[in-house]
Order: sequence, then structure tokens, then C-alpha cells
Amino acid sequence: MSMWIGGLVCGLIFGIGLVISGMTQPTKVLGFLDVFGAWDPTLAFVMGGALIVAAPGFYFARRRGRPLVAARFHWPTGAEIDRPLVVGSALFGVGWGLVGLCPGPAIVNLPTMMPQIIVFVAAMGAGMVGLDLWRKRGKTGRVAADAA
Amino acid sequence: MAPFDPISALLGGALIGVASALLLFLNGRIAGISGIFGDFLDAGAAERGWRIAFLVGLIAAPLALAAVGRPMPLPDMPTSWAVIIGGGLLVGVGTRLSGGCTSGHGICGLARLSPRSIAATGIFMVVAIIVVAIVRHGLGA
Repeated sequence: MSMWIGGLVCGLIFGIGLVISGMTQPTKVLGFLDVFGAWDPTLAFVMGGALIVAAPGFYFARRRGRPLVAARFHWPTGAEIDRPLVVGSALFGVGWGLVGLCPGPAIVNLPTMMPQIIVFVAAMGAGMVGLDLWRKRGKTGRVAADAA
Repeated sequence: MAPFDPISALLGGALIGVASALLLFLNGRIAGISGIFGDFLDAGAAERGWRIAFLVGLIAAPLALAAVGRPMPLPDMPTSWAVIIGGGLLVGVGTRLSGGCTSGHGICGLARLSPRSIAATGIFMVVAIIVVAIVRHGLGA
């Protein structure tokens, strides 16, 4: 079995979970975030349901030497709560609060072919690629400065 | 809008948890969708194959549910294009900068009790709650 079969199956299960839980509907997400209005607790139950399964899964994965298909586990290595983490999370929070879509539900909504969804996903991708380019440029600049 | 349904929410959430744990057990990877999508867009990134397959699976999900008689409701989107484009850009830049979104930090990160992910989730939740409060109730205006 190759890596892409795992990717396909997990993407499909993840997407089905997002649709069944109602999280592909931005108004459901905004209803959870609207703590001063008619609060909708759905998102808390979705996260709770996910964590009940994922937390023991991750615990047992950590005790295994290696994954079933890949050569090794790719655990995130960062430990520091640094400025990019704080600033990035805050920027994401503004966009999420404005529209009610985070990356997963936005992509799952693509088959609706709604122009608003396609434009949102395109803007999201442009933001990611733009930041990558800006970071690479900064790095090249530093390397050039070091060399000089 | 559909009324609050705790069973569907828990069941859907559990499926998200299954997918996250399974991707770790099979591919050794964290199921962070902003990272998967961002690395798919990065032509220089390694291991793009399974990321493309994961995104295809996400897109196939509503089609598979529609085929078994459970079509996905159409999303209610903001009417302002400026909000849609600005929101998309902020979600893209923000998740790339902080290294995760609701899935990578909010589920996988909390599941392994990562301090960075706990901080990230707290920040984007509180900021989003403030934004919704301002937009819907004009607090602070």
C-alpha cells in the first residue's frame, strides 16, 4: 500500500465527518463563535468527538516505532510559543470570524462550484503561496547578506 | 440553518478523529488541512502525492454522501466580495504563519497536548469570537 491510498481514505473520512457534523455550513460555525447571540454549541461537540478518538490514537501512535506505510513519524518539532504562532493565529481568527470558513470546510465545499467558495479558496491559496514567497525571499536576502 | 444536533456533531467529529489518527498510523503525518493544502501548492515540497490524494478525498466526500442520499446543504456565504477575498487571504496567511488551523492545531495539536497548539487554538478562537461580536452586535463600536 502506498502513501497516497492512506491520503485518499483519510481525506474522504475527514470530509464525510465535516459534512455530517454540519461544519461545512459557515453559519453553524459563526453560531458557535457568537457567544453573545443565539449560541450554537455544535462546534464544541465536533471537537469533543474528534478528540475522544484522536487523543488515544495519538497516544498509541507515539508508543509505536514507526507508521505502517511511511518510514517514520513526522511529529511537529517546534516548542516555542513565538511571534509567528501568535500573529498567525490572530490573523486566522479574524478571517475565520468574518466568513465562518476554515481550510477544511472551504475545500470540502468546492464541488458546489459556488463562485464565492472558489474565490475564497483561491484567496486562501494566494495568501499561503504569498507568505511562502515572502519567507523564501527573506531567507535568500539573509543568505546573500551573510555571504557578503 | 439546521438546528443543533449533538449526535451528528459527535459522530461527525469522531470520524474527523478517526481520519486524523489513521493518517498518523499509516503515513506518519499530522492531518492539518492548511499544511496539506499549502504544501500541495508549494512546487518545491516533498511528498506531494499523498497530499493531492487527501485533497481529492476531501472533495469526493460531499459527492459520496450525495450518492447515498445525504446531500450537503449549500453554504451560506457573505454577500460582500471584499469580505470573502479578505477573509480568504487572512485564513491563508494566518494558518501558514502559525503552522496550522482548526484541524492541525485545534484537533491534532490538542490531541497530543502541544503547548503551541493550545496557545494557537485559544488565540484564534478568542479573536474569532471578538470579530463575530463586533460584526453581529457592534460591541466596541
